[in-house]
Amino acid sequence: MLAYIIQRVAQSALVLLIVGLVAFSMFRFVGDPIDNMLGQERTQADIERLRTQLGLDQPFPVQYVKFLGGAVQGNFGVSYRQGRPVSDILMERAPATLELAAVSGFLAIAIGIALGVFTAIRRDGFTANAIMSLSLIGVSLPTFLIGILLIYLFSVELGWLPSFGRGDTVRIGSWTTGFLTESGLKALILPSITLGLYQMTLIMRLVRSEMLEVLRQDYIRFARARGLRDRAVNFRHALKNTLVPVITVTGLQLGSIIAFAIITETVFQWPGVGLLFINAIQFVDIPVMAAYLMLISVMFVGINLIVDLLYFSIDPRLRADRTKAH
Amino acid sequence: MTDAPLPIKDPSRLSLWWQSDFMYTFKRSPVAVVSFAVVTLMVMAAIFAPLIAPYNPFDPASLNLMNGFSAPMEPNAFTGETFWLGTDDQGRDVFSTILYGMRISLFVGAAAVLFAMVLGITLGLLAGYVGGWTETVIMRVADVQLTFPAILVAMLIFGVAKGITPVEYRDQMAIWVLIIAIGLSDWVQFARVVRGATLVEKNKEYVQAARLIGRTSPAIMIKHILPNVLSPVLVIATISLALAIIAEATLSFLGVGAPPTQPSLGTLIRIGQGFLFSGEWWILLFPAVTLLVLALSVNLLGDWLRDALNPRLR
Repeated sequence: MLAYIIQRVAQSALVLLIVGLVAFSMFRFVGDPIDNMLGQERTQADIERLRTQLGLDQPFPVQYVKFLGGAVQGNFGVSYRQGRPVSDILMERAPATLELAAVSGFLAIAIGIALGVFTAIRRDGFTANAIMSLSLIGVSLPTFLIGILLIYLFSVELGWLPSFGRGDTVRIGSWTTGFLTESGLKALILPSITLGLYQMTLIMRLVRSEMLEVLRQDYIRFARARGLRDRAVNFRHALKNTLVPVITVTGLQLGSIIAFAIITETVFQWPGVGLLFINAIQFVDIPVMAAYLMLISVMFVGINLIVDLLYFSIDPRLRADRTKAH
Repeated sequence: MTDAPLPIKDPSRLSLWWQSDFMYTFKRSPVAVVSFAVVTLMVMAAIFAPLIAPYNPFDPASLNLMNGFSAPMEPNAFTGETFWLGTDDQGRDVFSTILYGMRISLFVGAAAVLFAMVLGITLGLLAGYVGGWTETVIMRVADVQLTFPAILVAMLIFGVAKGITPVEYRDQMAIWVLIIAIGLSDWVQFARVVRGATLVEKNKEYVQAARLIGRTSPAIMIKHILPNVLSPVLVIATISLALAIIAEATLSFLGVGAPPTQPSLGTLIRIGQGFLFSGEWWILLFPAVTLLVLALSVNLLGDWLRDALNPRLR
C-alpha cells in the first residue's frame, strides 16, 4: 500500500517537473525576454545589466531550478501585455472561473445522476428514449455551438438572460462572487449549462449503463422478493453500488471542466482565467501562458493522483491484485 | 452429347470487393450509406469549390459592398441581386464562403489526422517492436499527454508556434501551425493501439520466420507487422477526423486558428456570431449547420466502421 502511494506521488512529481521544464523553455526560448522588457533605446550595457539582474547569464539548469522555486511560491514574472505580476492577474481572474466550474460541475452531477437513474429504471419508456436520443445530439454538438444556441434562444429571442459577462459582483476580501446578486446569478445560468452539458450527458450515460448492469443482479431480485419498495431497491441498493465508477469518472472530468471553461468563457466573454489564457495566446504573452500551463497541470496531476488513491482505498479487489503483483 | 465446359469467368477484383462481407454490411446499413454519401458530397464540393461557387469571396474585384446583408433568397434592396444563402457584411456570398471554408476545414482536419497517424504509427511500432527504453520513454510521454485534454494541448502548441514564427509570416503559417498543433495533440491514440497490436503480432510465427531469413527490423515492422495492425488504425482515423474538424473549428472560433484571410468554418461562425444580435441570422446559421452535418456524418461513419471491422460483433 505504502509503496504504491510513494510510487504514484513520485510519478506525479516527475510529470510536474517535466511540465515545468516545458513552461520554462517557453519562457527562455520563445522570444527574448530582454527584448520584451527593454524599449527601443537601449545600450549594450543595459542589456548586460538586465541579463545579470534576471540571472539569464547563468547555466540552464540553475535557471530552471530558480524558475521552479519562483513557481512554487506563485511567482511567474510579469505579463508582457499588462505589465503587472502574473500572479496578481491570476488571483483576480480565478474566482470567476472557479464559481463557473463549481456550478456547472454541480449541475452535471445532480442532473446527470438523476437522469441516469430515470432512464435506467424506465428503460423502454418514451421519455427515457427521448432523453437518450437528445443526449446523442448533445455529445455531437461542439461546445461553442451550444453556447451560441443558448444565447440566441434566451438572450436574443426571449431576452430573459444576459448574454455576456458576470453581472454585478460582490467583493469579499480578495474574492469576488456573483452568487449574492440577482444579475450575478442570472449571468451564471447560461454559461454553466453550456459548460456542464457535455459532462452531464457523460455522467448520465455512465450511471444508466452501470444501473442496468446492477439491476440484473441477484441481490436486487432478492431485495424485491423480500418486499422492499421500489424506491429503496433503486436508490439504497442499486444506485449505491454504481457509485464507484461514477466517482472516478466524475473526478477525472472535473479537470476537463476547467479546461473547457476556456471555450465557454470566450463565448460568454466571462472574465475568468480561460479568457485570459486565450488572450495570452493571441498576443503571445508567454509569462501568462506558462503560468496557466503550470497551474492547470498541478490541478490535473493532483486530481488524477487523488482519484487513483481514492479508487485504491475504495475498491478492495484492486488492492489485492496490486499486492499480489508486487 | 457433351456439355461444353461452363465458361468460368474470373471474377474481377472490383466485383469481389463489391461482394465482400465488408460491402455487404455497408449496403445493409442505411446510416452508413447516407453518411458516406453526405461526406462524399461535401468532400467533392470542397475540392471543386472554385468551380461550384457562384462567386469568389476572396477576389475583392467581384465584391460589391452594396450587396452586404442580403437575406437568403431575397433580392437585395439596392442592387436587386439574389443570393441563395444571403451575404455577409462585406457583400460576400455566404454559400461561396462556406464552400471555401469547408475546403480549409477538411484540409486541416485530414492533414492533421494524417500527421497524427504517421507519427503515432511510427512511434507505436517502435515502442511495440523494439521495447526497452524506447518503449518506456514513448509510452510515458503518451501517458503524460493523455492527462491533458487534446484541445488544451493543441492551444498550447499553437501559442508557442505563434511565438516562434516572425510576425509577418503568422497569417500565412497559421494553417500549417494548426495542422501540426492538432496532429501533435492526437497521435497518442494511434501509438497506443499500434503498440498493443504490435506486441501481439511480433510473437507470431510469420514474424519469427521473417527474422530467421534475415530481414532487417525496419523491413519487418513496415512490410510484415504494419499491414496487420492497420484495421483498428482506420477506425481511429475516421473518428479522429470528426474530432479534428471540431477541434479546428473550436480553435478558429476562439481566434487562435485559421485567420480571417483564410476563413474555415470555425472562423465563419466566429464572424457570424457578431451579427447574431442585429438579426442577420444567416451569416451564423449556415456555416454552423454545415459544420454540424459534416462532423455528425463523419462520426456516424466512424461508428459504423468500428462495428463493421470488429469481428466480435458479427
